[in-house]
Amino acid sequence: MLVSLVGAVELGLLYALMALGVYITFRILDFPDLTVDGSFTTGAAIGTVMTIAGSPPWLAVIFAFFGGAVAGTLTGLLHTKGKVNGLLSGIIMMIALYSINLRILGKPNVPLRGEANIFDGASVLTIGLILAVVAKIGLDLFFKTNLGLSLRATGDNSRMIRSFGANTDGTIIMGVALSNALVACSGALIAHSQNAANNSMGIGMIVIGLASVIIGEAIFGAKTIFRATLAVVLGAIIYRVIYALALRVEWLDAQDMKLITAVIIVGALVIPTIRRAIKSKSIAKKRTEEVLSSMGQTSGGGS
Amino acid sequence: MLKIEGVSKLFNPGTVDEKIALLNANLHMKQGDFVTVIGSNGAGKSTLMNIISGVMKPDAGNIYIEGTEVSQLSEYSRSKWIGRVFQDPMAGTAPRMTIEENLAIAYKRGKPRGFSFGVNSKNRKVFREELSRLGIGLENRMTAKVGLLSGGERQALSLLMATFTRPQILLLDEHTAALDPARAELVTTLTENIVRELNLTTLMVTHNMEQAIRLGNRLIMMDKGKIILQVDEAQKQGLTVERLLGEFERISGKKMADDRVVLG
Ligand SMILES: Nc1ncnc2c1ncn2[C@@H]1O[C@H](COP(=O)(O)OP(=O)(O)O)[C@@H](O)[C@H]1O
Ligand SMILES: [Mg+2]
Repeated sequence: MLVSLVGAVELGLLYALMALGVYITFRILDFPDLTVDGSFTTGAAIGTVMTIAGSPPWLAVIFAFFGGAVAGTLTGLLHTKGKVNGLLSGIIMMIALYSINLRILGKPNVPLRGEANIFDGASVLTIGLILAVVAKIGLDLFFKTNLGLSLRATGDNSRMIRSFGANTDGTIIMGVALSNALVACSGALIAHSQNAANNSMGIGMIVIGLASVIIGEAIFGAKTIFRATLAVVLGAIIYRVIYALALRVEWLDAQDMKLITAVIIVGALVIPTIRRAIKSKSIAKKRTEEVLSSMGQTSGGGS
Repeated sequence: MLKIEGVSKLFNPGTVDEKIALLNANLHMKQGDFVTVIGSNGAGKSTLMNIISGVMKPDAGNIYIEGTEVSQLSEYSRSKWIGRVFQDPMAGTAPRMTIEENLAIAYKRGKPRGFSFGVNSKNRKVFREELSRLGIGLENRMTAKVGLLSGGERQALSLLMATFTRPQILLLDEHTAALDPARAELVTTLTENIVRELNLTTLMVTHNMEQAIRLGNRLIMMDKGKIILQVDEAQKQGLTVERLLGEFERISGKKMADDRVVLG
């Protein structure tokens, strides 16, 4: 039990980079980017193939980062310069990457056993924690720079930021590139942690990323960027813990996980809404009673 | 400073929905000119603003800012010359960002945006001073999200953001129309003071006739995409609302059709 929970936290930290990437597009840029399913595998493929070819694992992860950035740039270009709908741009890139990833890997399943591994020197927990914290703090700082502010404003009010001289096409491309770079980085780390890359490991990743963001925000709130990125990292971990616990339920299988993920997301989306509705209803009830009782007094005084 | 020559703009050209939004518009503004713009609904006032700022490109004609032909430049590259306040109080600010972050964005108008922090102790001091000039206490709420401000407060902030970097041209498109009378009055007064202090070359659309006459040194009247009347500094002195409406009826052959027109 404890072992599987530690494993879940470790995985959660590695997936946190992916979730931070999804947070950038969905929450900061307000751009529903589905490239993620493809770019996650791209990162895993680059990280694996380069390691097998003999380059140091850390270098392979860095290259995965840039590979993801290229994929994101293409999605961004498709959307901004090609005027293709945002969702569709991501879907097109995702499907294109499926073939590209297979080219990089050479075959659908590539084992990494016996090769150098980024987790050789230190535990997954240590490295995962360091990377997740660095990515989180790095993003927090970036979003306070002039460039970061213009990126946030692009998602918040693009008309406004254009009127102050920022090229919103540029900021969108940059944001989607940064997002997919983080996603690909996460893919490379996951490949190293499970000692293999396969061509379908990114399928459904966007939903897991979204689930992490939504769970994190629902539990920890997102008042400031600092809080929001923290919530996303913790959300990614909590998702993995729920996943691990669900697998321990006797009548549930690994193949049920996609359904469980869907249920988790629905829960995280619906529960806050219901909570808000109940709260506003009780406020309304209280206010109505107050108004009625005050009216009762005035009419009583008038008669 | 700003020269508009023979500018025309059609919407849906060649279809049954074709609309002539601007037709051969000419306008020449000198440094420090403050021109108020009036005209009925659909006269092309907002289109004129959008064409100057680059939101739309003209179908014909030229636009010069300080001698540079800008009609084919993108909106964001023209922003280095042009400050704008929109009618919608939501349009000019980023609601999920703080007051100081919004100001930091405006502070970098037309400059490259790099990896230095947008808000630092030095420019925070500038922001506080500028905000206190508005006189509505925003200087004490610099880390509040702009989405929490009222419409009037947001519009005052938009005005400050549009002007405090002293743009060559200030465009105001009915920027008080969405506010209640008291707030509108406040924003109008702020506009007057800021434009005078910074000597900004300003083009202001308003549906308030009294305001159009009282503010600025020149006035233009638009109808059906055309600038039908230009009132210069000397003529504007003795102008009254009745005379202005009379002029409109005489030239266009109809009454000023704008249910929102405020006479004074
Ligand atoms: N995006 C658009 N598409 C089609 N027609 C438009 C568009 N914008 C404005 N128009 C039309 O152009 C004319 C001028 O509009 P506008 O400049 O907004 O007028 P005003 O600001 O003076 O009320 C109107 O007939 C309007 O219906
Ligand atoms: Mg208008």
